[in-house]
Amino acid sequence: MASGKEIRTQIGSIKNTQKITSAMEMVAASKMRKAQDRMAATRPYSDKIYNVIQHLAFAHPEYKHPYLQDREETKRVGYIIVSSDRGLCGGLNNNLFKTVLRDIRAKSDKGMEVDVCTIGQKASSFFRRLPVNLVSQTAQLGDAPRAHDLIGTVKVMLDAYNEGRIDSLYLVFNEFVNTMTQEDKILRLLPAKPEKPSEELSHHWDYIYEPDAKDVLDDLLVRYIESQVYQGVVENIACEQASRMIAMKNATDNAGDLIDDLQLVYNKARQAAITQEISEIVAGAAAV
Amino acid sequence: MAMTIHVDIVSAEQEIFSGLAAAVFASAVEGEVGIYPRHTPMLTKLKPGEVRVLKDNGEEEQFYVSSGMLEVQPHVVTVLADTALRAADVDEAAALQAKQDAEKALHDKTDKRDFAEAQRELVEALAQLRAIERARKGKGR
Repeated sequence: MASGKEIRTQIGSIKNTQKITSAMEMVAASKMRKAQDRMAATRPYSDKIYNVIQHLAFAHPEYKHPYLQDREETKRVGYIIVSSDRGLCGGLNNNLFKTVLRDIRAKSDKGMEVDVCTIGQKASSFFRRLPVNLVSQTAQLGDAPRAHDLIGTVKVMLDAYNEGRIDSLYLVFNEFVNTMTQEDKILRLLPAKPEKPSEELSHHWDYIYEPDAKDVLDDLLVRYIESQVYQGVVENIACEQASRMIAMKNATDNAGDLIDDLQLVYNKARQAAITQEISEIVAGAAAV
Repeated sequence: MAMTIHVDIVSAEQEIFSGLAAAVFASAVEGEVGIYPRHTPMLTKLKPGEVRVLKDNGEEEQFYVSSGMLEVQPHVVTVLADTALRAADVDEAAALQAKQDAEKALHDKTDKRDFAEAQRELVEALAQLRAIERARKGKGR
């Protein structure tokens, strides 16, 4: 059995770890609240631009934008994968990567090739090791990413789509359901397909485009894609913090359990030592 | 009561204005536009400049936008403001940067501010100055 001093040092070191994890838990909790606020702040834009795209689908423009049309054949697909920059957030990133890999495998079984673009340090170091075509990456966006930090990454994929190097584009990120639940999500960005028809817009009409339809639609759809990606990134940050908070809470609890167990072992060892000493003294006295 | 339209001004990072207005004025790429209720549907790009909202109580609010899009439906006006000024060359530079990052994943990131970015900042600053000047004149009246 380990001696008393050894166990005491061990308990001390676990206590230190526990202090760190509980501090990290509190930091993550406060960051999560901020990330949630940010998520709420960015939602109006993505809602509004989504509305405009919906309206657009029921206008009758003479110019059909390629982003809104399905291609006949899909030979190559692109993924924009959003991950966190840092680890210690439970299985968040790994679960997401597993889902993506499953999807990628299903696509490549059908003979499609895959281009990958990563946002976040973890995704880039994960996909760098894999035999996939990594075309662009962004990392270290921080806790409050700006929308224009993403323009470059998105443009690489949009250019690829424009030039026919990819035929559809997917966004992969964690969706924030609530603090306990984050869901990995694969969302199709291109070709964009608006869903529900609305009655008030069903009559024949069209916008006045200034300067012209192609110019305006180009800009609008690029912004639409960017806003979707940005929303994904912001949500992923909220997920990261929530997941880290839970992971650190578990770690703190586990450390507590470990300390309790060790304390018990320590007490037993101490008691055994005392008992032994007494019996030695008694034996000694009897011998005299 | 006069006719009103619902106006939403949003940027990618936050909601800037939402409410009823009698009219909206914005600087579109083809020139200044004034939108009154029941305007025909329109979709246009905006220049860096100000968006003025004339509220139904006669007050006027000004917002500065660095380019964006304006959508007009008969009863709703939506301004999708960009947070950064967009120009083809700036976008190109950003795209190039993202590609290079992928190629040299381990390469340290030296911050190079190129000409395009400086120009972008200049145009933005000028437009901001103009908006401030206007606001000042308005107060002096």
